[in-house]
Amino acid sequence: MSVVAEPEPEADPEADPKAEPESEAQLEARFQAVIARKDRIEPRDWMPDAYRRTLVRQVAQHAHSEIIGMQPEGSWISRAPSLRRKAILLAKVQDEAGHGLYLYSAAETLGVSRQELTEMLISGRQKYSSIFNYPTLSYADMGTIGWLVDGAAICNQVPLCRTSFGPYGRAMIRICKEESFHQRQGYELLATMMRGTDEQRAMVQESVDRFWWPSLMMFGPPDDASPNTAQSMAWGVKTHTNDELRQRFVDMTVPQAAALGVTLPDPDLVWNAERGAHDFGQPDWDELWAVVKGNGPCNTQRVAHRKRAWDEGAWVREAALAFANGTGTGTDDNDNDNDGTEPA
Amino acid sequence: MPDVRTHEPDDHDNAYSGLLVGDARWAFGTDFEDPLAGVDTTVPDGVDPAALATYCLMLGDDALVLSQRLAEWCSNAPDLEEDIALSNIALDLLGQARLLLARAAAADGTQVPTLPAGSPVPDEDRLAFFRDDLRFRNVRLVEIPGGDFAETITRILLFSTWRLALFEELAHSRDAVLAAVAAKAVKELTYHRDFAGRWFLTLARGTDESRRRLLAGLDTLWPYWTELFETHGVERETAEAGVGVDPAGLAADVDVVLDQVLAASGVDRPALPPLAGVQGRKGRDGRHTEVLSRMLAEMQVVARAHPGGHW
Ligand SMILES: [Fe+2]
Ligand SMILES: [Fe+2]
Repeated sequence: MSVVAEPEPEADPEADPKAEPESEAQLEARFQAVIARKDRIEPRDWMPDAYRRTLVRQVAQHAHSEIIGMQPEGSWISRAPSLRRKAILLAKVQDEAGHGLYLYSAAETLGVSRQELTEMLISGRQKYSSIFNYPTLSYADMGTIGWLVDGAAICNQVPLCRTSFGPYGRAMIRICKEESFHQRQGYELLATMMRGTDEQRAMVQESVDRFWWPSLMMFGPPDDASPNTAQSMAWGVKTHTNDELRQRFVDMTVPQAAALGVTLPDPDLVWNAERGAHDFGQPDWDELWAVVKGNGPCNTQRVAHRKRAWDEGAWVREAALAFANGTGTGTDDNDNDNDGTEPA
Repeated sequence: MPDVRTHEPDDHDNAYSGLLVGDARWAFGTDFEDPLAGVDTTVPDGVDPAALATYCLMLGDDALVLSQRLAEWCSNAPDLEEDIALSNIALDLLGQARLLLARAAAADGTQVPTLPAGSPVPDEDRLAFFRDDLRFRNVRLVEIPGGDFAETITRILLFSTWRLALFEELAHSRDAVLAAVAAKAVKELTYHRDFAGRWFLTLARGTDESRRRLLAGLDTLWPYWTELFETHGVERETAEAGVGVDPAGLAADVDVVLDQVLAASGVDRPALPPLAGVQGRKGRDGRHTEVLSRMLAEMQVVARAHPGGHW
């Protein structure tokens, strides 16, 4: 199967080559009409510069999150405790690479290449989800990340399937299917471990204790401290506020935790019958800001890992390019600088 | 860029499910703890169960150890397409290993490490995670550290060319389980070989640096190559019984394929002698390089800490 989200460029039925070019105001009005009827904007459609910039930032940050997100779980592939779990974990991390591919492809339709975006990531000019700046410290984390982190990602991402930019929305549809598969697998690992030994049950609880608050932080700062939300919602790039999504995640997770037999580490977590929702405590937002600013437990390590892999792969990408362009070693175009490796 | 092929979703619960498409002889249970659930594991007449089990360990350990090495590339490859492709190859080999280790255990349970009474660890995992390095039967080619991308590509090319030739014969084994495992693996190995062959050519004809690295990788691996064609007593015995394959008989076919890739790439076979064993004992006898013990220490650490663990 192709993992690349295909843009669907279509001829604009209203375009008439002989007509006068539309004014900026007309273009803007047409764009707003598409947004208003919750239709998709496609790559070749006119769009405001600010919309394009917002999308590039969001899609790139999302793509980077998928790729950086390979590391915390990838680190346990070599130590997975059964052959079945090793296969599940390796396949999951491979899926995340695929998600990164779809999203970089969506970003490419906005005019930025994977290479440019990767360089923005490894130079620290673009961010990725802060959750991946936390370390993975036990095999139970492979279950907890699937359950809570992929679970939170699903809450964030399901609404994005209807986002206004076509290639992004279509990429999200594929990604969400796989994320929900990851969530079930993660939950299934934890459920299996909870049926195991006392040590395994303790391992699961310790892992949930560590990942609960960072998972809540994945929805971003509270609405009153989220400067970009209003504009993103007006453009249909974002369809729910951070706090709405966080509430949905908590309400979804509480019964799952009960079924699993673990406690969630929040003394303020309680059902509010009046609201028909759970009340819950606030994460330590100072810690979130410290992690966002680069002082999380693993920020330096994650970016350095990505940079090392990218830099060490440069000669391979160059070789593939030279080979594809017919300018490689031992080809006719290259006769002048033949280095003697030409086969006899 | 090479084609991107990702793993099949949902294929973990029963490692055997992919073997049996359209084959009514097989009916599989849903118990994913047992990859051979529902499979007739009777040892064919005239075959020594211990020899068959040891033979399955040889082929299973080759796959398991190389899979472990290739999985090290995950999040480290030159680009996302190669990351995905190397994970795919590692996954395929892991699937082969799981079946072969399960087949070894079913043929001769006495080779399976003993765990405390009541341990739920399945036999194939006991063999993978509770067996010491001196009892691993893989060839040394698959265990040495990965090296750079050029060396990795070269190792996949050498290994998959050899294993494909072997499994094409093994698909006719008198042991129905081995035959089914081999028939499925042939498709996977063909993809591995083609992927590695394309990259071998690309690196050979790419830049001066890629060519230099490729030749260096080939030199590193070449001394381990002939070990794959040396016939161990167990291989001879199982081949004579019609369940195994004598690897010495594969050399001619393998050479034809390999020489095609080398010729297209303008690369000569290295003039390097094979690596000796220890009093003649090599990987198939459980005598390895120094790195295998360390690799297994990492691979086995969580499993061994929880001999009664449910995973
Ligand atoms: Fe993902
Ligand atoms: Fe995921």
